[in-house]
This record gives sequence, C-alpha cells and structure tokens, in this order.
Amino acid sequence: MAQNTRTVPAGTPTNVTQKHTKGGIGESTLRPDGTLKVTGEFAYSSDMWHEDMLWGQTLRSTVAHAEIVSIDISEALAMPGVYSVLTYDDLPAEMKNYGLEIQDTPVLAHGRVRHHGEPVALVAADHPETARRAAAKIKIEYKELPLVTDEASALAPGAPLIHEGRDDHHIGHVPHPNIVHRQPIIRGNVEEARKRADVIVEGEYTFGMQDQAFLGPESGLAVPSEDGGVELYVATQWLHSDLGQIAPVLGLPPEKVRMTLSGVGGAFGGREDISMQIHACLLALATNKPVKIVYNRFESFFGHVHRHPAKLYYEHGATKDGKLTHMKCKIVLDGGAYASASPAVVGNASSLSVGPYVLEDVDIEAIALYTNNPPCGAMRGFGAVQACFAYEAQMDKLAAKLGMDPVEFRQLNAMEMGTVMPTGQVVDAPAPVAELLRRVKARPLPPERQWETAGENADVRALPGGLSNTTHGESVVRGVGYAVGIKNVGFSEGFDDYSTARVRLEVINGEPVAMVHTAMAEVGQGGITVHAQIARTELGVTQVTIHPADTQVGSAGSTSASRQTYMTGGAVKNTCEAVREALLEIGRRKNGSYHPAWATAELLLEGGKVVTDGGEVLADIAEILEDEAIDLELEYRHHPTVPFDLVTGQGNGHVQYTFAAHRAVVEVDTELGLVKVVELATAQDVGKALNMLSVVGQIQGGTTQGLGVAIMEEIIVDPKTAKVRNPSFTDYLIPTILDTPTIPVDVLELADPKAPYGLRGMGEAPTLSSTPAVIAAIRQATGLDINKTPIRPEMLTGTL
Amino acid sequence: MRVNFTVNGRPQEADDVWEGESLLYVLRERMGLPGSKNACEQGECGSCTVRLDGVPVCSCLVAAGQVEGRDVVTVEGLAEFAKQRDEHGHGGACGTGGGCGSKGGVSLDEAKRWQSKPGDSQTGEGVELSNIQQAFIDAGAVQCGFCTPGLLVQADALLEENSSPSDQDIREALSGNLCRCTGYEKILDAVRLAAARQSEAV
Ligand code: FES
Ligand code: FES
Repeated sequence: MAQNTRTVPAGTPTNVTQKHTKGGIGESTLRPDGTLKVTGEFAYSSDMWHEDMLWGQTLRSTVAHAEIVSIDISEALAMPGVYSVLTYDDLPAEMKNYGLEIQDTPVLAHGRVRHHGEPVALVAADHPETARRAAAKIKIEYKELPLVTDEASALAPGAPLIHEGRDDHHIGHVPHPNIVHRQPIIRGNVEEARKRADVIVEGEYTFGMQDQAFLGPESGLAVPSEDGGVELYVATQWLHSDLGQIAPVLGLPPEKVRMTLSGVGGAFGGREDISMQIHACLLALATNKPVKIVYNRFESFFGHVHRHPAKLYYEHGATKDGKLTHMKCKIVLDGGAYASASPAVVGNASSLSVGPYVLEDVDIEAIALYTNNPPCGAMRGFGAVQACFAYEAQMDKLAAKLGMDPVEFRQLNAMEMGTVMPTGQVVDAPAPVAELLRRVKARPLPPERQWETAGENADVRALPGGLSNTTHGESVVRGVGYAVGIKNVGFSEGFDDYSTARVRLEVINGEPVAMVHTAMAEVGQGGITVHAQIARTELGVTQVTIHPADTQVGSAGSTSASRQTYMTGGAVKNTCEAVREALLEIGRRKNGSYHPAWATAELLLEGGKVVTDGGEVLADIAEILEDEAIDLELEYRHHPTVPFDLVTGQGNGHVQYTFAAHRAVVEVDTELGLVKVVELATAQDVGKALNMLSVVGQIQGGTTQGLGVAIMEEIIVDPKTAKVRNPSFTDYLIPTILDTPTIPVDVLELADPKAPYGLRGMGEAPTLSSTPAVIAAIRQATGLDINKTPIRPEMLTGTL
Repeated sequence: MRVNFTVNGRPQEADDVWEGESLLYVLRERMGLPGSKNACEQGECGSCTVRLDGVPVCSCLVAAGQVEGRDVVTVEGLAEFAKQRDEHGHGGACGTGGGCGSKGGVSLDEAKRWQSKPGDSQTGEGVELSNIQQAFIDAGAVQCGFCTPGLLVQADALLEENSSPSDQDIREALSGNLCRCTGYEKILDAVRLAAARQSEAV
C-alpha cells in the first residue's frame, strides 16, 4: 500500500485518559453468552433442529460380556416411520474402531460385547419414540462369556482376555494383557529410608466410580452435504480429536467432515471420548437426511466414560519430629472394557501419588486394568483425585500417630519451589502448599451447633437430613477436616499439546474490532470470556467478537487438564501480539516520519489508540488500519515435556502444577447416618486470575463435585453381572443446593514465570482435596476409620 | 391428538401430538421453544421447569394432553411475564391471558400481540431481561447454563411469593433444581441480588 495520504495524527501528542482498555484481563467481565443463556435462546446440542430431520437411537447390550450369536433387524426395519437400521455389517470403511489413544472401541459391537450398554445397532426414524420402539424390536441372541470384574479376575491364570491379540504400544511393557498400562516410579531407597522411620502407617483405600453427570445430554445433529460429506453440530471437548476419530470410520477424508461446536451443557471430562458423533453421521449418510441424536439420562450413563474406580495401597513412614521418610504405594485403576484415557490416567496417578509433599524415597506403581466394567477415562482431576484421597488419609493417620496437628504435620512436609518430584522433575514455580493450608485454617470457624444456640429458632433445614426434618440435633456431632492436593496442568509425558488461534483486526463503522477464532470448546468454563479479555488487553480495542468454534481453524486441543486458558489463552495472546506487531509496522510505514517515538519508544495499544509507554498518543488504530485487515493464525506450544521412563518413572513429564487446599466442617447424625457439610473453605493459587468471578465459580463448582464423591456419588456396578444398577438421577445422586454448604474461596496469585500472564490452570485442583477434607471431618466427628468413597449411612451407623 | 394452550401469552395449537408426548417435548420440538431443558426427563433435575397456570412444574412430567386450555410460561417468556407483573402490580400466579385474565393478567388482546423482542441473536445485546435474569448474569451464576432456565423460572416464582427470602428459603425453593457446574453459591448470590434489587425498586 502506498504511503498514506491522509492527515497526520494530531501534532501534539496527548495523554491517554483511559490507561487500560475496559474489559481486559484481571477484570470480572461478564460472559458474552450470558444473555442468550438466561433467555433460553442459546442453542445447546440437544436444541438442534432441521427441517425434515430424523431421530437416531442406539441399541445397547443388555449383558456385560457375551458373544453375539445373531442379530435380526427385520421387524424393526418393517416398522412405519423407520428409515434405517444399521449394524456392524453396514460400517462403510476398513477402520471400524476408534479411541483417544488406542483404537480399541468398536463403533458398533462386532461379534462380541465387552460391557453393559455397549452400542450394538442404530435406528433412524421420524419420531424419537418410533426410533426407540424399533430399536426394542431388534432381536439379538447373546452367548454369555465369563466376566472379568476386578484385579483378581483380570489377572487370574486363564482369565479371559478382554482384548485378544493387542498390538498397541503398551503391550510390550505390561505384565499381563488385561493391564492397559503400568507406570512404576522408583526413586531413592525405600528399604534404607524405612529404617529411619519412627512410625509407619499403612492403609487400603477404595475410591468409587464417579460420573461427570453434566446436565446437557450427549446430543447433536448430522447433516449430509452435497459433496458426500457430512456436517456435524455437536457438544464436545475437542473438535479436532473427534474429527480424527470420526473421518476414518466414515471412510471420508477429514475435509469432508465439517464440525461445529454446538452449545455444551457441561463436560468435566465426559465429552473427551466419542459418544453419538459417529452414529449420527452414519445414519445421516445412510438415509441422506439430517439426523439428530439425543441421549436420555439413562443412556447418558452408558454413553460416556466415568472416573476410574480405584484400590490404593499405601505405606508411609515418618520420624518422631514429623518428617516423612518414605512412601510405597500401589494404585489399581479399573479402566473397564476399553482403553479411553486410561494410559494417561495411570501416568498422572503414579506421578502425583505422593501429593504436594517432599519425599525422596519412594516406590510407586500404578496400573489400569481392562475389565468388563463400564469404560473409564477422563474426569476432572484425572488420576490425581484418587491418589489425593489416599495420601491425605495417610497424612491424618501419621499426624495422629505422632500426636501432631494434622495441618502442622502437612506444613512441615509441604513441597515448595525447588522441591524435586518423585519423577526427578524440579518444581520451578511457586508451590505455596503450606500457605494454602495456613489460609484455610486461619479462617474463623462457622458458628458452633446452631440448634443449641438458636434454641427454638433453630432452622432444622440446616441440619443433616435437612428439609425432611429428621432431627433437632440430638445425635448430631461436628468434625473438622483438612486436605491439600497437587494437580498437573496440560497434557504431559511428551504429548505435542498445542493450540491455535486466528485473530483478525479490522475497522467496522469507524471502530477497530477484533475477531477471535479458535476451535476451543466452551463447555461452561468461561474460555470465551477470557479470550475477549485477552484480545482487549493486547489490542487495546473494546469490541471483540468470538467466532463460533469449528474445524475451519487449527486445533485448540482439549478443554480439559486445566489447560485451555494456558494453551488457547496463550495462543490468543501470542496471535494478538503478532497482530499488534503487524499493525505497528503499518503505523511505522505510514506515520513513522511524523514522530520519533514510532522508532524509539515501546509502543502499546490502549483505548483504540497507539500509545507510548510514557502515555503519549501516536495514532488511532482505526486511522492506521483504514480498510486494511490484519488476519493471522498461529500455533502456541508450552515448553516441551518427556515421557516417564517405563522402569524408573523418571522424566520431566509435566508442564505446570496447581494446588488447592480445603477445610471441611461437617455435622453427622450418628443415628441416621446422614451428613451435612456445614462449610467447605477453599484456598487456591491461580497464578494470575484473568477473571476473578469465573475463577471463584470454577473453584466452587469443582469443590462441590469433590463433596459429591465424598458423601453420595457412585455408579454402582453389580459385581456378579457387571451391570450398572443406578443409571438415573433418581439413583445416582449429585449434590443439590441443600447438600452444598457455603464455599468461601481465598485466591492466591503467585505468578508462574513460564505461563502466559503467569497464570496457573485451575479448573481441576479444587476437585482433589475437597473429598478427603470432607471425609477427614467425618472421621473426626465420628471417630470411625473410613477408607472408602462415597460414605453411605450404614457406614456411619454401624449397620453395614 | 390436537392440543390448544397458551404459551407465553400466545395461543398455540399443536397437531398430531402422540399421547405419550410430554409438555417438554411439545414445547421444544413442536413449538420451537427449546429454552426449557431436557436433562433427565424424569422430574429429578428441574431443568425443564415452566409455570403452568402460574405453578412451577417439571414440564417433562406433564403429559401434553394435560395442558389443554391452560396457560404456560417458559423461560423465553419470563422477561415479558415479569414485566407484566410489575406493570399490573399483581402478585398473582399468572401474568397472561388464559384462565387468569380476571385476576389481573393481561387481556387476551394484549396476549395475542405478544412477540419475542428482537435483539442481537449472537450476543443477546439489546434484549430486555427480567430482574432475576439480569441478576444471574451479574452474579456469575451461569456457567454452562443448562440448569439456568429451570432455575430462573423457579427463582422468579420464589421471589414473587417471598420478596426477601432467607438463605434457607432459597435453598428450599431451589432444592429440586440440579446444577453441576457452579456449586450453587453464585446462584444463591443471584437470588439475593435480585431480591435486593426488587426491594430497592419498590
Ligand atoms: S428434565 Fe424435567 S426434571 Fe429433569
Ligand atoms: S449445570 Fe451448568 S451452570 Fe448449572
């Protein structure tokens, strides 16, 4: 473009009145999708609608492990209103399986089902009820096979192999083909260190199978396109990962599968795996009509993977002055019938199994099993949650045995910056573990036993049993418990964990406007809010539009592992910086000769203007840009990590660590076995809060999910049949507003120098320590030794 | 079967309704009003809450045939419903036509003229919100937002009856609405905020 011909910016530079652009990082700006969500206009995946669309239905296995002898679809196909019935034989491509890391999950069962609820056949019909009835008419003959349901049955001599002829890259180092992955970590010398121990405690812990229980059901709409491809509108956590699994089984090149994120009603890890995506596409391609699939709640419990239930065996030692000497543990995770994210969960469980403590002598082993139980994979906290429950119970046991205060004991052993992890990795950013504990402890306790002080005026709704008016406080005891946890941020172990952002800056109606386009899944966490804040901060513009997330832009990676603000936020930041440079370059070209500051000063973009770091205005962004647009797409990577050594577990495997602490105050009705959590105080370090309102909301939400697993949440799998017994919100309980206490939150901001703005991924950490804190409080209240989640009334009343 | 009823002040007619269809299904799939959410379809989560002749109900548990001749308000009509209530000053359970006209609701004529307000469908800018809707946004009570429509309808009904609820009152009123994202604290904040603003406005 020719040297500019318009008037020179005002001769005398002026001071900027508004130093920072409003709505930038650090402010609690409101969600851009808030208005749509409160008016009911926000289009969630289950709200998709298309003229002439059909409804898809999945038929799922009623048994956990069986050979499929025959499938008869004729009656279903003959029903009026039914357009298509598909089974394994109708799959169009050579590739018939999918999976996050190991492609072991059949799109539709072939020859054999490996868990209760596995998809076997699909129906498309003109009314959802017709589709359901047709699916019920499909006749399947099963020949049941012996079950593998736990470590003993999986590893017994002659145990049936869940995946015969495995050829994945873990098979070479696992001791048995029913073990998905095994990660030992050996450091120091446990036998020697044990000799220094004055006390030793051992424990065996059981962690139940938790469900993500997001409210928005798995759903979406597939629309066949004219070029033989398909458009898919779906709720997911990672569009590009889905795409990479969908296209091969459809036999289509990736560019013929165009994906757009539709409204996501929560995820928590449960949307990392494929659910209805491929099924809807298959039906749409088979019928050449748009097909919508919406799971009901029952099916949702079969449609996604759950949190790994676990058995954890721990031994710790400590000296009488309270220093940890050694730790030995074995963690057995039940991965269920298919691999999903099990290998990565194993890596996390082992590498974070010591917790946020200094421990030089360790002997750790984590494994995940293949069984005929429901498949397990990603859920908020990802392997760190199960370990935290166990090591925090151990800390309380040690403190009790030493006669020490449990918080002081933890503080004495707390890791800090510079601590060496059991993997040999040095913690190179602030790790304020002792401080977080101090903060939750220092907070004033909630008023004692209100029914005694308030007398007649006591509100029985606040007692255990709540609204049901079960007590006036007669047998209610109170306890206080503490816990702290450590979680890694981002994808570890050498994974190429990048994110992409496209940013366009242009002038619309005389105003500079930035458009941010990423494939990041907004699942409720508030990513789109901070993307707009970042763009405002970096580009000094007020108006930012967020482009819908789709596969027309490069991958943003997964909305999981607490990584999105770090990674896609980092990508938006970097790309904005490049756009800013490009803009300044145009500015220099056009106006450089009019003011020396263009060449000499540090230039910033603020309030729609180019300013020097001294606050002098050089030009309007709009004037520089005129009708040009700057449009850049860049990738962003965090510093590299390496896989853990398969024998010693050594290696700089993690990107960043994040920490949270909890203090729980609970009241327990020991006659009825009912628990009321009175308060769940939280302290967390977030590095830098880009949006405090969202940060606090995430911490409270994560804390509540941890509370849920402590006192009510568990998918119950019948050990004799491996069938799920409680796939409904009537039987699988998640906390209501009555079960959830006040959650005061204390946020620390100790910057991590390597992270964008110094931030620390923070979505998962609060889920870790909330469970052990609640259970510690229940132990303290009742004096019972509880080593299991969730706590059930019969465990508290001695009627088990 | 055919079902005639009023939705957000507008007379509606649904044809070919299958006997087993729920009010939720009819609203979402036949009326094009997907604001009421389908999270459990079993009466456990409250995401589908609407007002039926003024009473908050789980629309997934109401058979479509049961609403013949009755009056339904969904989240899509909540702002207008609250506005009518404010303007007509009745604390009544019903702000629209249907069977409630005599109790101070809007006239059938007014009801027929009701239409959703235009606004920016991308950002929702320029849309008029009710007190409780604004409070949910301001307090940060919306994350994924799937529970939000049901909570809004329920919370609005609470504030209509009890203008200064205690925390326990709020907890009791909202105990049938599950939220998996927020931990409820900000939902409590939002209801407190709406109550405070409501009392300021009086
Ligand atoms: S969808 Fe109606 S109560 Fe859950
Ligand atoms: S369920 Fe997501 S905000 Fe309530």
